Amino acid sequence: MDYRPEVISKMSALYADSREGFLKDSPELFNRYRENAFMEFMSLGIPDRKNEAYKYTNLETFLSYNYQDYYSPVPADFTEAEKFHCEVEDLDVWNIVLLNGFFPNSEKGLVMLPGGIWVGSMKSAVKQFPALVEKHYNKYVDNAKDGLVPLNTALASDGLFIYAPKHTVYTKPIQIVNLLHSDKDIFVQDRNLVVLEDGAQLSLLVCDHAISPQHFLTNTITEVYVGCNARFDIVRVQNQHNNSGKITHTFIHQERDSYASSNNISLHGGLVRNATWHYLAGENGETHSYGLFLADKHQHIGNFVNIDHAAPNCNSTQLFKGVLDDNSTGAFNGRIMVHKIAQGTNAFQRNNNIILSDSAKMDTKPQLEIFADDVKCSHGATVGQLDENALFYLRSRGIDEREARLMLMFGFAHEVIQNIPIEALRDRIDNLVLQRLRGELSRCASCAIQCN
Amino acid sequence: MKDNFLLEIKELRASIDTKEILKGLNLEVGYGEIHAIMGPNGSGKSTLANVLTGRDIATVTHGSVTYEGHNLLEMSPEERARDGIFLSFQYPIEIPGVSMVNFMKTAINEQRRHRGLEPLSASDFLRLMREKKELVEIDSALTNRSVNEGFSGGEKKKNEIFQMALLEPRLALLDETDSGLDIDALRIVANGVNKIRKPDTSVIVITHYQRLLDYIVPDFVHVMYDGRIVKSAGPELALELEERGYDWIRKEADVNEESWTTDRK
Repeated sequence: MDYRPEVISKMSALYADSREGFLKDSPELFNRYRENAFMEFMSLGIPDRKNEAYKYTNLETFLSYNYQDYYSPVPADFTEAEKFHCEVEDLDVWNIVLLNGFFPNSEKGLVMLPGGIWVGSMKSAVKQFPALVEKHYNKYVDNAKDGLVPLNTALASDGLFIYAPKHTVYTKPIQIVNLLHSDKDIFVQDRNLVVLEDGAQLSLLVCDHAISPQHFLTNTITEVYVGCNARFDIVRVQNQHNNSGKITHTFIHQERDSYASSNNISLHGGLVRNATWHYLAGENGETHSYGLFLADKHQHIGNFVNIDHAAPNCNSTQLFKGVLDDNSTGAFNGRIMVHKIAQGTNAFQRNNNIILSDSAKMDTKPQLEIFADDVKCSHGATVGQLDENALFYLRSRGIDEREARLMLMFGFAHEVIQNIPIEALRDRIDNLVLQRLRGELSRCASCAIQCN
Repeated sequence: MKDNFLLEIKELRASIDTKEILKGLNLEVGYGEIHAIMGPNGSGKSTLANVLTGRDIATVTHGSVTYEGHNLLEMSPEERARDGIFLSFQYPIEIPGVSMVNFMKTAINEQRRHRGLEPLSASDFLRLMREKKELVEIDSALTNRSVNEGFSGGEKKKNEIFQMALLEPRLALLDETDSGLDIDALRIVANGVNKIRKPDTSVIVITHYQRLLDYIVPDFVHVMYDGRIVKSAGPELALELEERGYDWIRKEADVNEESWTTDRK
C-alpha cells in the first residue's frame, strides 16, 4: 500500500497548524515563500522510486513514522546542549553547537569572527542584513524536482547563517555540531544559508549527532553562494544512530574563478540521503564532490550528486566510495549536466563500492547529459569484494586476516579522506573511520557526547 | 635426520580445480642452502610457491611439507610468514591507500609479538627502515607512498627485497624476481638478497634465466617439468639449460616413466 497519501495529509494538517503557531514568529522573508512552496510540495508529493533521483532510496520507513512533534525550540533546551562543546586536539576550530537545527539564543544577533566573517541564526541575519539575505535566500534551491525541498521551504523557521564579506578569509575551519536531542520523536527542518562574497574563503566542518535514542528525521537545506574567486570547503561527518534519518540538500552556486569542495563522510545512521547540487555559473570554476560511507545492519545510505556545468572551462570531479556489510543498502546517483554554452568542460566521476556480505546491496548510476561538443567527461563505477590478491599479499607478510581486511578497507576509504583540505581533520576522520571499521563506536577521544 | 633440513617436501601433489599441477614433488632444503628451481612455463613452479606460502588457489591432495619440523600445510599464511617464510612475489600487488610505512610496521610488530617481543617504537622503526633502505638501494620516495602504487616493474621488485630485508626470513622464496629487470636493477636486487642473507638463511630462487644465478649462486639447481623435479645438479646445470633449452629435459623426462626424486649425497 502506498504510505504517502497519509503522510501528505498529515503534513497538510501540520502546515495549517504551524502557520497559526510557531511559524508566525518566523521571518517575513521565510513566510513569503511558504505558500507557494507548500503548493509545490503538494503537487510533487514525496519522492518515490519513480523519481529517477530516488530510484534506489526508499524513504518509507522514516517518512511514514509517526513523529510526535515538529521541533520548535525553547531557551531551556540550549543550556542542556551547551554541554556538548567539542574540543578537538590539534584541530583549531571555531565551534558552534546547533540543537535540532537551531542556533542557540537565536535572537541575540550575529557574531563576528576574526577576519570579519559573520555567524548566527537566520532570524538574526534577516534583521541585520535584510538585503543580502533577500538576495540569496531560496535562490539556489531547485524546488521543482524533489518534494522534500519545497517541504523544507514551507516548514523551516530558522537555521544557520554564515556570511563572508568580500575578501574576508577565515583560516580556521568553522565547526558546526548539529545535535539532535529531544524526549520526543521529532521531525527537524532546518534551513541554512552561507554566502561567500568575491575573494572570500572559508571551510565548514559539520558534525551530525543524535544524542538521545528517539526517532529523528531531519530534512536539511543548505544554500551556498560562492562569489568570484572565492573558495569554499564543506566536510560533513554524519554519525547518528539507527533510528535517525538524515536527508540533506546542499546547493552550491559558484561564480567565475571560484572553488568549492564537498565531502560527505557517513559513518552511521538508519537512513542517510545526501543530495549535493553544484552549479557552475561562471567561467573557470572548479568543484569537487566527495563522499564516503560505511553501512551495516539495515542502514541505507544514498548519495545524489548533480553537477551543472553552466559556463565554459570549468572542472568538476566526483569521487564516492562505500563499504556495505550485513543487510545494508547503498545508492549512488551522479549526474553531470553540461550545458550548451559550457565548452571546454572537464568532468570526471567515479564510484567504487565494496560489499562484505551476501545480502548487502549497492545500486550505482551515472547520468551524463552533454549538450556542448568540446567536453571531456568520464565516469566509472565498481561494486565488488575486497581484493583477494591484496589480502593474501598482506597476510604473506605476517599480518593476520582480520587486520589485513581492516587495512584494505581503510586504504579504500582513505582515498576519499585524503581529499579533505585540513590535515588535522583528515587524521581525525581517518581515526573515526578506523574505529568504525573495527566495529567500535566511533567518536573522537575527547567527545563529550558519551552516548550508549 | 629430520633436523638436517629446514624444508622437506615429500610426494607433494596439488590441483587447481580438477587439474593436477604438482604430481609428486620431492625437495629438501637444508639450512643456509640456495636452491634454484628452473623449468619451462606451466611446469608448476608458481603453484609450488603458492602452496608453500599458503595461497589457497591450489589444493594439496597428497604428500607432506615439513618446515622446521612442523607440518607447514596446517599453518595459515600469516603463521608461515611469522615463522620466517617470505615470498618475493612474481607480480607484487598494488594496494592504494595503505602506506608502506603502516604496512611494514604492522608486519614487523605482528612478527615480534609472535616471538614474544615488544612492538618497535615509532623512532626505532623509522631507524630500521632507513637502515634497510640503504642496504637495498631503494628510493626514499617509494617507501613514503602507498604499497607498490604506481611503482615501475623494477621498483616493485626492489620493494619486495626491501620487505625481505625488514622481515629477515629464514626461508626466502624468490618467484621470478628477475623477470623484466634490466641489468642494473637485477644487480641491485641480487646484491640486496646477498646482503640480507645470513649464513643460515635458505633461499629458493624460481627463475627462467641463468643470469640471476651469476649473482645469487645456487648450491643446487633443479629442473621442474610437469609437476615434478626431474633433474637436480649443481650450478653448472643452469648454464647447460641456458645453452640447450628445456627440450632435452622434456625428452628425458617423458622417456622415464618412473617418478623422480632428488637424490642427495
